[in-house]
Amino acid sequence: MYRSHVLVCGGTGCTSSGSHKIMEKLKEELAKQGLTDEVAVVQTGCHGLCALGPIMIVYPDAAFYSMVKEEDIPEIVSEHLLKGRVVKRLLYQETVTPAGVKALIDTDFYKKQHRIALRNCGIINPESIEEYIGTGGYEALGKVLTEMTPDDVIQTLMDSGLRGRGGGGFPTGLKWKLAKQNDADQKYVCCNADEGDPGAFMDRSILEGDPHAVLEAMAIAGYAIGASQGYIYVRAEYPIAVERLKIAIQQAREMELLGKDIFGTGFDFDIDLRLGAGAFVCGEETALMTSIEGNRGEPKPRPPYPAQKGLFGKPTILNNVETYANIPQIILNGPEWFASMGTEKSKGTKVFALGGKIHNTGLVEIPMGTTLREVIEEIGGGIPGGKKFKAAQTGGPSGGCIPAEHFDIPIDYDNLISIGSMMGSGGLIVMDETDCMVDIAKFFLEFTVEESCGKCTPCRVGTKRMLEILTKITKGQATMEDLDKLEELCYYVKENSACGLGQTAPNPVLSTLRYFRDEYEAHIKEKRCPAGVCKALLSYHIDPDKCRGCTLCARNCPNNAISGTVRNPHVIDQDKCIKCGACMEKCKFGAIYKQ
Amino acid sequence: MACKHTSVPFSGTKEQEMELKTAIAQLKDTKGCLMPIMQKAQEIYGYLPIEVQTMISDETGIPLEKIYGVSTFYSQFALQPKGKYQISVCLGTACYVKGSGDIFKKLEEILGITNGQCTPDGKFSLDSCRCVGACGLAPVMMINEEVYGRLTPDQIPAILAKYQ
Repeated sequence: MYRSHVLVCGGTGCTSSGSHKIMEKLKEELAKQGLTDEVAVVQTGCHGLCALGPIMIVYPDAAFYSMVKEEDIPEIVSEHLLKGRVVKRLLYQETVTPAGVKALIDTDFYKKQHRIALRNCGIINPESIEEYIGTGGYEALGKVLTEMTPDDVIQTLMDSGLRGRGGGGFPTGLKWKLAKQNDADQKYVCCNADEGDPGAFMDRSILEGDPHAVLEAMAIAGYAIGASQGYIYVRAEYPIAVERLKIAIQQAREMELLGKDIFGTGFDFDIDLRLGAGAFVCGEETALMTSIEGNRGEPKPRPPYPAQKGLFGKPTILNNVETYANIPQIILNGPEWFASMGTEKSKGTKVFALGGKIHNTGLVEIPMGTTLREVIEEIGGGIPGGKKFKAAQTGGPSGGCIPAEHFDIPIDYDNLISIGSMMGSGGLIVMDETDCMVDIAKFFLEFTVEESCGKCTPCRVGTKRMLEILTKITKGQATMEDLDKLEELCYYVKENSACGLGQTAPNPVLSTLRYFRDEYEAHIKEKRCPAGVCKALLSYHIDPDKCRGCTLCARNCPNNAISGTVRNPHVIDQDKCIKCGACMEKCKFGAIYKQ
Repeated sequence: MACKHTSVPFSGTKEQEMELKTAIAQLKDTKGCLMPIMQKAQEIYGYLPIEVQTMISDETGIPLEKIYGVSTFYSQFALQPKGKYQISVCLGTACYVKGSGDIFKKLEEILGITNGQCTPDGKFSLDSCRCVGACGLAPVMMINEEVYGRLTPDQIPAILAKYQ
């Protein structure tokens, strides 16, 4: 028995900010103080509040230490763990109140969250199957195998209203039903862990924090549709997730929760891992399966749908990581429980990866129907630096930008589509007034041009032409006819591309055109970038009233474009200026401005 | 992908070849074995030159053109060797809006190479990547396994100096 547990986050976010060193130092200090047998150090998955990493929680006090540094460890060990005095100075300051230390779930960041898919992340040690079982793990699989028929399982999912969390929002129960109806000697259950949307990392956090939940759900799916083999297709860029999945699969096999005759019911199911190799299009279901087969990951036309002819030509279901993570809880708590959360057509919760210009970057899981305002202002803590909100981008390269006028719209699948964006996998990037919407559209187009597999012409050539026009606009060389052509191309690519990648690639352009057309027009008609981002349209100037003539800017200019004498206002030669912004960075008097 | 400044002759050892052959023997009977084999080969050699692709083809009977097709489709398979220090700058959305584009330009400027290339001395290679998942630390770059977060362009020279 340990009298205290110290949970250290070992997710990618905190690992990047050095949580491994914290853990080593902690163990070293505990040994020094002779506390190794009294205090357990547990490495957990992601807590969600990545902006404050590395994160460390001490139980039973539930003291939440944030941005922990190596040099803080001796103090935490000797004060808190040895003498029982919480080191308030090092706590997450939001939990410190005059009345004492507030529980984490009462902070603004966690208050409105409801964690189902992330329920174990940050709480259990993901490398221990015993801890997963200790929190009710594999109970749902046991219930399914011993008390339910495959049809019961499918009906439960249909009643719960669970829809695919990978972006499309297809009803999960229906998908399983279609796969069950097709008879075959072999069927497959696949898990899409090829999280390609730049800025979304919920799937990775689930795999890193609670890998067994995904394995359990896949086994349930195998039973429901009659499959004995599963594959998890995971990005090779996620080394921690891959390692924890390997450990989890091994442990489940040892406990006979995967393999032959599971729970003595005669049901066989096993799972293999397949690593992706960096192709965004492989998040598309047919491309993913082609890739598992060992080919170039090019999509195939549908029909036939995977439920009829999928992996190796056999009926297959493919679900996303987050979708799977919900399933054991739905089985245990019943479909009514799940359906009681959310909006009319979108049930349950959704995990979002908050990023960009926002205080609390990290992972949040909120009931469907929460408004953007609640997510950004309350949970996210607003925009830093007193800047003004401009747009929230959801759905990554397939989604769109949501402007302030839709701040109070309840977030669900259908509402997001109606305002020209989409749920996508759940990336939510906040942008402020210093972000140029034309530049953002161009950024996403660069992404799709690079990731287009090249199989169909509308996507391969169409996106490239769109990018060329956008580049012209950001350089101030475009005409209004170009803008019309761009819009026309958007609809053409959307309607004629073979797979989801091309069909959604124009969305970032269309949605910014819909809400921020004035910015496009300012670039074209006035040759001006209102946000001050597009370099070709900017010029740097020195305000003679503020300039003290310290010469710092002139000394740092890489192109000797600044002239002037000591203690006299300097001037920038616009012909020589390469617009690198070095002078503005260096000026201590705020005398340099761009326009 | 091209590494324009170097054309390093293939210098695989007998041991590497043995390791690859053992790995192929283990994997080749599983369904869809090609990518796992190529990933293993890249782990052994660091990249997939045509000599290695030919070995895979000889051992598995999979046509070389298919192997070449797969290796050029996926961005993680490298046909040219990487630098001793592999720099990857995250150009995911969260990092981009926080200025990772400027970090990337600064690196290009200092190293004199662009995306996918490596320096003539084989020391640094530069790649852009998508979301390493440390969005809380944006903008982020990685040099081999080391993660550098909350970067500004003026920190870059000092960071590179550590590897000189």
